[in-house]
Amino acid sequence: MGDFTTQELMAILAMQGFAGLSLFSVLLLMALGLAIIYGQMRVINMAHGEFMVIGAYATYLFSTFITAQMPGMLDYYLILAIPFAFLAAFVVGWIVEFLLIRHLYHRPLDTLLATWGLALIMQQAFRSGFGAREVSVRLPDWLQGSYRPTMMIDIPINGLAIMVLTILVTAGVAWLLYKSRWGLRVRCTTTNREMAGAVGINTRNVDRLTFALGCGIAGIAGAAFTTISSTGPTSGSLYIVDTFLVVVFGGAGSLLGTVASAFTIAQGQSILDFFIGGSMGKVITLLIVVAILMIRPEGLFASKVRR
Amino acid sequence: MNGYLDFLGGRNGLVGLLVLAALILLVFPLTMGVDQLSLAGRFLSFGFVAAGLVLCWGYGGILSLGQGIFFGIGGYCIAMFLKLEASTPEATAIQTTPGIPDFMDWNRITELPWFWEPFNSLTLTLIAIIVLPALFAYVIGIAMFKRRVSGVYFAIITQALVVILTILLVAQQGYTGGANGITDLRTLKGWDINTDEAMVTLYFVTAFLLLGVILFGKWLLHSKFGRILIAMRDREDRVRFSGYDVANFKAFVFCVAAVFSAIGGAMFTLQEGFMSPTLIGIIPSIEFVIFAAVGGRLSLIGAVYGAMAIGFARIAFAEAYPELWLFLMGAVFIVVVLFLPYGLAGLYEKYAPKVRAFLPSRTARAATSRESTEVRS
Repeated sequence: MGDFTTQELMAILAMQGFAGLSLFSVLLLMALGLAIIYGQMRVINMAHGEFMVIGAYATYLFSTFITAQMPGMLDYYLILAIPFAFLAAFVVGWIVEFLLIRHLYHRPLDTLLATWGLALIMQQAFRSGFGAREVSVRLPDWLQGSYRPTMMIDIPINGLAIMVLTILVTAGVAWLLYKSRWGLRVRCTTTNREMAGAVGINTRNVDRLTFALGCGIAGIAGAAFTTISSTGPTSGSLYIVDTFLVVVFGGAGSLLGTVASAFTIAQGQSILDFFIGGSMGKVITLLIVVAILMIRPEGLFASKVRR
Repeated sequence: MNGYLDFLGGRNGLVGLLVLAALILLVFPLTMGVDQLSLAGRFLSFGFVAAGLVLCWGYGGILSLGQGIFFGIGGYCIAMFLKLEASTPEATAIQTTPGIPDFMDWNRITELPWFWEPFNSLTLTLIAIIVLPALFAYVIGIAMFKRRVSGVYFAIITQALVVILTILLVAQQGYTGGANGITDLRTLKGWDINTDEAMVTLYFVTAFLLLGVILFGKWLLHSKFGRILIAMRDREDRVRFSGYDVANFKAFVFCVAAVFSAIGGAMFTLQEGFMSPTLIGIIPSIEFVIFAAVGGRLSLIGAVYGAMAIGFARIAFAEAYPELWLFLMGAVFIVVVLFLPYGLAGLYEKYAPKVRAFLPSRTARAATSRESTEVRS
């Protein structure tokens, strides 16, 4: 690090910090869904990455449709594509919960294996449906280019845009969890399932809606993902381990913890990336996270849940 | 059947073991060509990992998605030894620094790194194959189990460790051979491992080692340790309150599974002729679990059948219908988990008595066997 002046170092930190924010956004959007699913019913969804890919392909389909039918709308398609991606992943999530997940609630380790099988099937389905090659969407003009506050700092606009989207979604999830009736039911079920059932909450419905919603948020992550990278059948599986670590590191069931841990992991990777290279940066970040988890297995912000 | 052979699990257990032994020691070698046999040998190497998972997951309740780590440790240890043997100063005379493995030379490393030195000796290599995974598993195990990390958390952390290891192996290519792994392995103490005879010999070594590992596993499960293991899986707190140090027992079974995997990894590398990060990554690590799940998570012998069944099915399907293979594999995962939690072994235990009931000679056979037990006891 000695070769850089302080000013250069600051610029590097700022740029890598913003680059980290893109990773942070995708990780957080993925982790939010996973965290509410895991927090609610202790189910580990190994196919979560594939739900993200559903969202990404939905966005891709939507953009090709708009390009073909209404080229004039191309500047704004993304805004419509996001709910579409959400809906696609939500519906698939709903079906999957009904067919598969609900039979496994009492066997969390087995859900892990079954959803891995589901992930394989979904990957192959993407490959058969969209081809093995990666597809990418055409970015609207206003998302291209970058914002340069000083000579040395260069921040891509699309990174900023998904950052904004992430903040909105996170706020939305927080509102749903802590202010809405559904959130109240979820929190009741998480705290004490039998009691919640006894006071008249249909816990099965809550489970299904939570699972589908978690998948839907992964779909939004997919829509965001298309703006920073191209999508292939296995794009989702690249993020799944990191996302799990985010959830576990943050302390399952804690929204604040998930945000904090996604931020830490993404920034750690991004800044180390510059100094010691991408792979070693990732190794060091993951090692630190695992080491912290060994010392503090309940994660950064542990929620007090009756088991 | 009372006495020192009890751990085999009575008459049924003995028959199961003998059938497996007959299959892999007689039927396979007699009916298969060398190519097929060496494939089977590789699947048997996976059987070690699956058998280890039966102990630690099926009986201990510890799901590790990181068995690839230990498979890799075993594999890389033997690969490093073979690579050093292949990299004599004469064979590598064209390199800038003769006498070091070729990939080190490509990465401008001029001296053998210190951690490669012990692998000049076969004895030290063989010790490393057993000791390194055990040590590594012990450190991970104690660190996690003392803090009562278990279940899903443990699975995710072991998976993260796999990711760390594979990225590290790929990134440090000067020391590890990178994404290609350690290739061009030729001789073991001057014995060419790529000939047909060598393949057959290695197959038999693998088969015998596997039977040995299964016997050891059965003995372990039959001992008091096995009882504690099951008790811990079902009611951990009660075992703890009874005064047992749960973390130590769990770490021990995790170590045993790790050593099994490492032996499998070493035998695999000898037969495959190379070792690379793709063989030990997330996907292989989860596949090991599936071998155990398909075979039956409570059956050491079943685990071997699971590994072979998936292995041969992959060969048969992936060649004919590569597109369908992932669908099939995914469906197998789901079906096994949903409907066959005890795998093939569970199916056998459920239906074998019913099938036997239809066989006419059943009463006669039961009678003779009862007689013989009485005589022996």
